[in-house]
Amino acid sequence: MGLLSKKDAKLILDPLTDDNPITIQVLGICSALAITAQLKPSIVMAVSVIFVLGIGNVVISLMRNIIPSKIRIIVQLIVVATLVIIVDQVLKAFAYELSKELSVFIGLIITNCIIMGRFEAFALGNGPWRSFLDGVGNALGYGVILVVVGFFRELLGSGTLFGFKVLGDPITKTGLYAIGYENNGFMVLPPMALIVVGIIIWVQRSRNKALIEEN
Amino acid sequence: MLEHVELFFKSIFVDNMVFAYFLGMCSYLAVSKKVSTAVGLGAAVIFVLTVTVPLNWFLDQYILQPGALAWLDGNRATPELSAYADYDLSFLSFILFIATIATMVQLVEIIVEKFSPSLYNSLGIFLPLIAVNCAILGGSLFMQSREIETAGLALNYGFSSGIGWFLAIVAIAAIREKIRYSNVPAPLRGLGITFIITGLMAIGFMSFGGMLTGGDDAAPSLEGQPEKVGLQLEESIETETAQAAVISE
Repeated sequence: MGLLSKKDAKLILDPLTDDNPITIQVLGICSALAITAQLKPSIVMAVSVIFVLGIGNVVISLMRNIIPSKIRIIVQLIVVATLVIIVDQVLKAFAYELSKELSVFIGLIITNCIIMGRFEAFALGNGPWRSFLDGVGNALGYGVILVVVGFFRELLGSGTLFGFKVLGDPITKTGLYAIGYENNGFMVLPPMALIVVGIIIWVQRSRNKALIEEN
Repeated sequence: MLEHVELFFKSIFVDNMVFAYFLGMCSYLAVSKKVSTAVGLGAAVIFVLTVTVPLNWFLDQYILQPGALAWLDGNRATPELSAYADYDLSFLSFILFIATIATMVQLVEIIVEKFSPSLYNSLGIFLPLIAVNCAILGGSLFMQSREIETAGLALNYGFSSGIGWFLAIVAIAAIREKIRYSNVPAPLRGLGITFIITGLMAIGFMSFGGMLTGGDDAAPSLEGQPEKVGLQLEESIETETAQAAVISE
């Protein structure tokens, strides 16, 4: 990391593991769960959030001295809404099918708690470069969980990854299906997202005892 | 009338904000440690959803939809004749909806503080939280994408989804109060177990799915099964008695 000082690198790396927005800070769960039935929408969502949070943090950080604190929530919402409209229009233009699939959840990036949380906790008190790193770091931490959940749900639920049949064909019984493997259709249903995230939290906290909560 | 009843129950149980779409999960997880605070936040969500969904419905109908601006020169009845028929402002819906919500939340806070200090004290701290609750914006966006037809239905939709959210948060708060006395594995304590319980509750709520179809699609297979099971049982009983008879002989 020659480009970044040690302190700056920490801003990006911490949210990936020990300060993860989803599993530790409990932010931004709404959209994380609803769109992870497959890998592709999960990745698109992660990239959208990286874009919105990275740029948004910089904008808020640049304006931090001129925003009156009483109306700062509305100002922040307008900044996010503008960025989300850009993402939404780009998706509609270049990936229409996908934007239909994500339906309202692109719009819901506006109220994604990670974004407001990072604006409040970081961008309002730090310079633009550090805010940018913090934004990208947290969005990456969010993206990692999304991709992991999407990976397991698509693999176990429909036996595909990005739509490719990696485990063989369930109808003609090739690959794993030849020896009696069956897809777990339950993984595709929404409730399983919650349980998969619960298991991720379980694994993470078993490995790092410092994160265990008091009762 | 029937469509109102249908929408009401559908929004509470089948399309429950929390269990079917995971909206408002952040505050759902953060404020569900005690039943009393959960009730406060739930009530505030019902209130704000009931106000903002119809309001955004009017914005959608008269400003945002393609051709919605036709009323500007009095051609609402025959939009295709209007000079404004080609205007499509729907890309602005996010920004208008969120602005409405943020303003309404602020307004509601001021009004409640002025006229009902006791209600303000119980809701007060939750109101600012609500502006960034996904369930509120989600309500408006679903209202738009499902093309709800009348203002009355929009009001109904806002109110009943609020009730669904209220039910969910009060239920999980009650469970979390009890689970404190249970021996949960240490790494799962707190957040982890809450996720898994919510998942199980969501599976339970999925069973409401057949409520409005009257079980039509599921009926034939269900009707067929008990008879078969009954037959098998009878058969097995017969064979058992036969075996018993053989043994006794």
